[in-house]
Amino acid sequence: MAFVVTLAAAASAETARGAVGGKAASLVELTGAGVAVPPGYAVTVSAFAAAMTRADPGGALRASIEALDGADLAGIAAAAARLRSAVASAPLPDEVAAAITAAYAALGGATDATAGNAAVAGDADVAVRSSATVEDSAEASFAGLQDTYLGVSGASSVLEHVRRCWASLYNDESVAYRRRLGLPEAGVAMAVVVQRMVAPRAAGVMFTRSPVTGDRSVIAIEGTWGLGSALVAGDVTPDSWVISKVTGEITSRRVSAKTKTHFHKKNGPPALLAQLTPPTRQGSPAPAAGTPGELGWVTVGDTPAELRDEPCLTDDEIRALAAVARRVEAHYGAPQDIEWALLDAPSGTPAESRVVLLQSRPETVWASRKVTPAATPKPRAADHVLALFGKPL
Amino acid sequence: MTDQAGFPLPSQIADVPGAENWRSMYQYFTRFQPEDDKRFWFYNSMHFPEPVPAFDTITSEVPYEAIGANTARLFVLPTTLGIEHRIVNGRVYITANPVLDPAEIERRAAEFGPRAGHYFENWNSLYEGWKERVRALITEIESIQVADLPEWESAETVFGAVGVASNHYLLENFHRVIALYSKMWHHHTEMLQLGYGAYVVFFQFCQQAFPEISDQTVGRMVAGIDVIMYRPDDELKGLAGLAVDLGVDDLFTDGCDAASVLAALETRGDAGAQWLDAFAKARDPWFHVSTGDGFYHHHLSWNDDLTVPFAALPGYVAAVRAGGIPPRPTAQLVAERERIASEYRALLPTDDEKAAFDQMLGLCRLVFPFVEDHKFYCEHWFTTRFFQKVRAFGGVLARAGLLTEADDVFHLHHTEVDQALTDVALAWAAGTPSPGARHWQPIIAERKRMLSALKDWSPPAALGPVPEALNDPAVRMLWGITAERIESWMNPDPDEVVGVAASSGVVEGTARVLFDVSEIAQLREGEILVVPVTAPSWAPVFSKIKAAVSDIGGSMSHAAIVAREYGMPAVVGCGDATKRIRTGDRVRVDGDRGTVRVLQG
Repeated sequence: MAFVVTLAAAASAETARGAVGGKAASLVELTGAGVAVPPGYAVTVSAFAAAMTRADPGGALRASIEALDGADLAGIAAAAARLRSAVASAPLPDEVAAAITAAYAALGGATDATAGNAAVAGDADVAVRSSATVEDSAEASFAGLQDTYLGVSGASSVLEHVRRCWASLYNDESVAYRRRLGLPEAGVAMAVVVQRMVAPRAAGVMFTRSPVTGDRSVIAIEGTWGLGSALVAGDVTPDSWVISKVTGEITSRRVSAKTKTHFHKKNGPPALLAQLTPPTRQGSPAPAAGTPGELGWVTVGDTPAELRDEPCLTDDEIRALAAVARRVEAHYGAPQDIEWALLDAPSGTPAESRVVLLQSRPETVWASRKVTPAATPKPRAADHVLALFGKPL
Repeated sequence: MTDQAGFPLPSQIADVPGAENWRSMYQYFTRFQPEDDKRFWFYNSMHFPEPVPAFDTITSEVPYEAIGANTARLFVLPTTLGIEHRIVNGRVYITANPVLDPAEIERRAAEFGPRAGHYFENWNSLYEGWKERVRALITEIESIQVADLPEWESAETVFGAVGVASNHYLLENFHRVIALYSKMWHHHTEMLQLGYGAYVVFFQFCQQAFPEISDQTVGRMVAGIDVIMYRPDDELKGLAGLAVDLGVDDLFTDGCDAASVLAALETRGDAGAQWLDAFAKARDPWFHVSTGDGFYHHHLSWNDDLTVPFAALPGYVAAVRAGGIPPRPTAQLVAERERIASEYRALLPTDDEKAAFDQMLGLCRLVFPFVEDHKFYCEHWFTTRFFQKVRAFGGVLARAGLLTEADDVFHLHHTEVDQALTDVALAWAAGTPSPGARHWQPIIAERKRMLSALKDWSPPAALGPVPEALNDPAVRMLWGITAERIESWMNPDPDEVVGVAASSGVVEGTARVLFDVSEIAQLREGEILVVPVTAPSWAPVFSKIKAAVSDIGGSMSHAAIVAREYGMPAVVGCGDATKRIRTGDRVRVDGDRGTVRVLQG
């Protein structure tokens, strides 16, 4: 198997899942469904396996983990630390490093509209995201335990962050989780997604059913200026909208004071945010292992006063996002929880062509609830009315 | 019941200065009783947005007789008796009268099932029969002659051995007019509660299955396309087209006066005659459309006052000249209605729910033509004819010297008109002058003064303790009164008027507050119309305005339906929009949230 495969070239989601992990497979599937995602590639499980032959030759370290009891937290912490250190320090096989470096160069050289103003020749800024393959369906449980690094730049830094993603498979929490479930370490592998950073005008999340009421006839959208990390990190109260799938009417609008904006330091703020005041806080380029959700090279600035209370999406953009969301939902046949970004583009560019998705996964909260049917048929239609008038006030 | 500090008790309402004697205008049975303090009443601003003149109490007295009879005694609705009404300071407050005892509900349900089932099972044929019965009432009231008493009876009365003199018929005909009005109202309610019931079950189902669906979207799945209320406006458009075809369109200029245009057409030879002929045909029955909703004597019909149609005609003529008025895109409206319904249906998770959806929607569409069209037959055609007859009796009383003018008759309760006519009949028979002028004229003068004082009173939206549930189907559908509305009445935002989101979209513009359709000449292109209530006669203004706001109405009210067809934002049932918004205010109408914000006074 190849060490690297581009998202656009991966054959199909089903064959890809085992090779590139769940996150990459989902991006491949979105691409196949005609939905734009930032261009990128997956470092496959073969690359991981090759790297592990150097980091843990013969699999002794992994075997030592498998021998531990799920309740032995001190033992797990010690063994996991040994493995992480080995993954971080062992030299990479040359073929693996070469494949990753070449794919990164290809990504940096490409110019593609979907990259927005992040399209810079040479050292592209990328997001490096772990993409685990797991034996059971508990992927959701891992979601928060895996790492994403934003704004990584330069081949050596990419290689370093790929290693960090691999190492994150051996976070104390992940190992403890597998031990509790008694999963074999041999069945666990980690692929990594490397995607070009986008510098969105606005970004956020959307649900293809109401997260509040579970209503499947609406799409709930939350968004803020700049990177969606501001929203995920809780740095802003996002704007929010509810739009009907059926009528296209925007049935609820809440515009919030978006005091902070996240943007990628090197790219600088998107054109719209050019007047952004100087950064007040700077993310660390190398988050400590085991602190999920660290933001990498993300800069936080005060949102310009004239934008703070303005909605970050126009009605056209809201409708464009809703159209993409419906397509994704129809593709999967189930309500989705989606991360989106809206790129800057020359005026006149249709809103829908500026939408890129960073992730889509099945909505889980309402899907797992038992819902009683709103009504059942009665012998005669009029019986519904008879029942209504028969009900005590 | 919960103790709410929000609304005053009926007994706490003080008399309006200058109108302390208001009780003398109204019947004793309309007065609040001490025990009424324990119940929740809300101001029926929908039907009675202004103080009610004495005669016009017939538009509450008779309808509530009929509605209550229908629900409590005819169909024996298990959970509700009738609606009670009270008048205070000239305003009508109402409350529904629920049945709470489970045993009693069960006893009534046994009667109700077969009775209501019969109507639903035979709805269409019963509706056909209903139309015939109501048309017969209209024919009968149109045929009633109201004439001054002659000096002598005609000789034929003697030679034909009629044996009954005109003063008898004066009284009999007045009694017939009142009796026909009552019969019309009984028919009005005959099918209406059941029709509203069909709406409510479908609305409730949709709201449970799709908690975020708006009433207006549910309304769009239900709405019929070929309903009579579009007809008067369509007739006007046709007349505009004909004027252009015949080359008499030059007469229809902005601000033109009906009488002068009609006189000028007489001089335009064949073309003029053809247009006048078409005009006469359109007038009967399509101009028997009230400029209000038929609950006040001054809600004149287009036929009574040609100002409205002639205010709309110049605009339509200009549109015809500019390339024609596109017909209502009925095929498109039907297709859109079907698309919305089928997409919601597809979103239902189970086949059972889809089947229930089909049943309920089918039932709504079955009842829709009646629910929408009964208004034209009852509130418009019949009622404007009714008030014409009463006005004619006023003419008799005025010429007999009892009243100073015909319209003063509307300051007497119908039993008082009966007395005055009896006085005229007696005086005519005895050959003596009537003492009526001395008796009635001071009373009428005082009532006019009191009504004008009462006009400035701001009635509380509700009185008494707030109940935990408000479930009356008619109240919910037509008045749009829900627990949330009551909440907003109690906690108002000074710059925001809250109503029912009736047609979606958000626009800003200049408000034009009109209290009567006769004022529509003031309306400028692109303004936002703010009115107490809209009825089909307002239809011509919708082609001019950007958004509609009304004090009264629910998601299936006339303004809501028309606004959705025109695709313009509308907020209805605001309660007091006409009081809080002034002509010239810059306002933002949010038809999605059901709010109107005054941006700049």
